[in-house]
Order: sequence, then structure tokens, then C-alpha cells
Amino acid sequence: MFRKIPWFKFSSPPNFYWLADRLTPWLWGGAAILGIMGLYVGFFVAPPDYQQGDSYRIMFIHVPTAWMGMFIYLLIALYSVIFLTWRIKMADVMAIALAPTGALMTFLSLWTGALWGAPTWGTYWVWDARLTSTLILLFLYLGYMALHAAVDDREKGARAASLLALVGVVNVPIIYFSVEWWHSLHQGMSVTLTDAPSMAASMFAAMLLMTGACWLYSAAIALRRAQVEALEREAGNPWVQDELLGAEEGGDAATAAEASGDLQREVRS
Amino acid sequence: MWSGVGDFLAMGGYAPWVWGSYGVFAVLLILEAVLLARRRRQVRDRLTRRLRRERADQVREVREA
Amino acid sequence: MGKMLWALLKRDVSLIVMRRQDGLTVVAFFVIVTTLFPLGVGPELEILREVGPGVVWVAALLASLVSLERLFGDDYRDGTLEQLALLPCPLALVALVKVAAHWVSLGVPLVLLSPLLGYSLGLEGMELVILALSLVLGTPMLSLIGAVGAALTLGLRGGGALMALLILPLYVPVLILGSGGVVEVMYGEAAHAHLSLLGALLALGVPLAPLAVAGALRIVLD
Repeated sequence: MFRKIPWFKFSSPPNFYWLADRLTPWLWGGAAILGIMGLYVGFFVAPPDYQQGDSYRIMFIHVPTAWMGMFIYLLIALYSVIFLTWRIKMADVMAIALAPTGALMTFLSLWTGALWGAPTWGTYWVWDARLTSTLILLFLYLGYMALHAAVDDREKGARAASLLALVGVVNVPIIYFSVEWWHSLHQGMSVTLTDAPSMAASMFAAMLLMTGACWLYSAAIALRRAQVEALEREAGNPWVQDELLGAEEGGDAATAAEASGDLQREVRS
Repeated sequence: MWSGVGDFLAMGGYAPWVWGSYGVFAVLLILEAVLLARRRRQVRDRLTRRLRRERADQVREVREA
Repeated sequence: MGKMLWALLKRDVSLIVMRRQDGLTVVAFFVIVTTLFPLGVGPELEILREVGPGVVWVAALLASLVSLERLFGDDYRDGTLEQLALLPCPLALVALVKVAAHWVSLGVPLVLLSPLLGYSLGLEGMELVILALSLVLGTPMLSLIGAVGAALTLGLRGGGALMALLILPLYVPVLILGSGGVVEVMYGEAAHAHLSLLGALLALGVPLAPLAVAGALRIVLD
């Protein structure tokens, strides 16, 4: 089954473009449905927490965005390996298309974490281990995007950024554990966020639904951005002409060439 | 569970934080989608114009030849 | 091959030592950054003692950062780097030797100066020994990680600021372990765990980082 899927077929830009066109409406729809379901369960089914009252409802977007922030960085590293090993250009297109969304998710998890912290800890920012390592993750995203953009030669920039993503992903667990350890040594100086003591099934369901919504949203956005990126990079290729001119003139590049050939004959005679 | 719209909006006294989180979450995600849609349209328009111009040039060249 | 690499090491060290200016600038930078903290925080030794290990370590981080632009920069501009890439030995080894030369000529002075700076911030006795030891184990790691960033940003406009953005997040574990060890001693605990973990990082970094540096240099030279 796994082998029958033509993986490499979709690594060619036109096939990828076609597939992304077919997939994105479903991803948007799925994200909307899961999001509405998640918000309904989160706000109208899940009971208030006995300690934190209704403020804990921030968790339904805080945890999913934090998970997506980490997950997308891993995906970028995975695509980077594929790009560096097989030189499949679409892998780099996907990696750079994912990065802004990953950074956005990481930022949102920091933002919601700060707003959750305010009523819970009495302050918007504490040097909690998880908040701190999430902040460092955001810096890693910014570095990746900055390096990708800084090199004039697109191919070189892509390779350099891919290498950086690999170095980063090797370091992420080391950073995570060192920050965790740093925090446990300075325990007296700040408060630690503990999970909701008794998480009702409905709370967990809302969190999973919102995670699904964020995941589908990120996938849809990344595919769309990758499409734009592919169009720009492949501007001179026939498939882009088909894609952009084909629909309106009722013909593809081949018929256009034929037409110009006809014209030539006409002129000669 | 909620006794009315007002009660729901008050979020048990945590309104600024809960709605501040959800509001920014919604605004940024929608903004990202809108900006991306705009960029997509711009890129498609720009490339389409360029391709049309190139094709017109081709036809003219053939005619002149 | 060994002879060749040894010659390269001697060349790089003597280049940095001969251009006394560069080395001294980095050392002066290290001292000045450390000196700014008492001026900013106030002269009370109790407060300075609290932040002392962190201050010396952050200053070492920044000094290592400013020294990195020269690591491959000159060799890249005058074409030596391309010659080095053609040597009949793995580019990763060449990179390791260059990093070693960089550390010997710029990291070691920081280590030697650190007890003096620590003392001026109110650290004493065993704390100073551990501070120097943690820098002995930590600064090579800074040079190794930094070399990856220096190679990735080679020849870019505004490479310095970009390099800081790439490297500083990766420096975090070294900073935590290095200054954490001294803080442990300050509170009467042993610093074994911190120093062993720093050693472990170094043991990981010595074989892995040069591979990444070599990869980055190949991208630049392609």
C-alpha cells in the first residue's frame, strides 16, 4: 500500500501544484469544522476548572499552538533532510512555506501562555522552562527564515538554511533539557505551570479537536504558500504557462506553439 | 452552563485574558490567510501579464520575419 | 596528513598572534563588557556576586561572537579557503584544525583572564577555579558552534547580525551549564554534574560540528 503511492510523482512542481489545488479546499473545510466543534466543546461542554475557573479555557489554543510550533520545526528539518539528500526542490519549497506558519504558531503559544499566566501566576511573563524554550524555538525559526532570505543565490540559500535547520533540530532536545534543568535548579525563583489537576474528558476532547483544526489550517496554508513559491521559482516553465494562460485561452503551451507555427506559414505564403 | 450572553462574555471574570487570547489567535490566523491570498493573486497576475507580453512579442517577431 | 594539519594549525595561530590587534580587541571587548555591569548594576559586591558567573559567561559568549567573523572571513576573501578545500584530507578535519587554532589564540586568553574578572565581581576561592574550568570546557564548544554560523553566513551582507541571530540561541545550553556550575559552588554544592555535562557536550561537538562546518563551507564554495 505504502509503496503504491507515487511519492516522487508529487515532488515535481506541476503535479504538486495540481495535488495542492485538490487538497486545500478539504483542509480548509476540515479545519473549519474541527475548529467549530472544538470551540463548542471548549466553551459549552467543558466545565469550569475548580481552581482556575474559566481562565483555563485558553489552554484549548495554547497547547495546540505549542504542539504545532514544535511539530512544524520537526517537519522543516525532515524536508531539509529530503532536500539535502535527494535535491528535490519541492522539499525546500515545503520547508520554507511551513516556516512562517510555524513561527506564527510559536508566537501564538507564547502570547496565549502570557495571557494565561497573568491570572494564574499574577504576572504576564515568568521564566518558566516551557515558556523559555518556546521563546528560543521562536528565535530558531527567525534565524532559519532570515538565512534563507539573506543569500542572493536561491539554491545556496536553500541549502544553507536546510543545514541550519538540521543543526537546530539536533540542538532542540539539548536546549530543552538544559532549560528544564536550569529551571529546576532555580525553582524558588519562579512558579511552574502544572497541568490542570483533573482534566475532564470534555477538556481533553476540546484540546484534541483544536489541535486537529490547527494542524489542518497549517497544512492548508503551507500548501498554498508552497504553490505561490513554486509559481515564482518556475516562472519560465511550460507548466506555469499552462496554469496561468491555459484556462483563459483554451489552449496550452503546445497549441500556442502550433499556432505560432501556423502564423509563420501564413506569413510565408 | 452559561446563564446568558453577558455571563458568557464575562468568562467568570477572566474576560480580558480569555478573549485577548482567542481574539489575537483568530485575527493573526485570518490575517495570515488573507495576506497569503493577496500575495497569491499578485504573483499570478504579475506572471500572467509577463507571459502574455512574451507571447505577444513572439507573435510580433514571427510576423516581422 | 598529520603534518599538513599541524602546519595549518601553526599558520592559523601565528596569523592571529601576529595580527596582535585582532586578538587584543577581542580580549579588550571581553574585559569592557564585564566592566560595564558594575557600572550598570551598582558597586555592591553582594549583588555583583549574585550575577557574577552569568556576567562573565555572557561576556565570553559575546566575545566569542565578535571574534568569529575573522575565523573564515579572511581566508574566504583572499581565496585561501578554496585552496584548503582542495587539500587531500577531509574538509571537516581542516575545519576542526581552524577551530582549534581559533580557540588556542582567542579562547585561552579569555579563560586565563576570567579568574581576575570573577574576582572583581566578588567571586572567590573555589568559585574562581570552577569559573575558569567551566570556561575551559565551554569556550571550545562556543568556537565549534560559532564556526557553523560563521561558515553559513560567509560572504553575506550584514553577516554579523545574522550570525548572532543564528548562533546565540544555540549557545544557550553552554551558557546554562557553564554559569550554573559556578552558582552551584556558590551555594556550597558540587559542580561535577555541570562540568561533566559540559564535557559531554564537547564530546558531541568535536566530531559533529566540523561536519556541519564542512557542509556549510562546501555550499559557500560551490
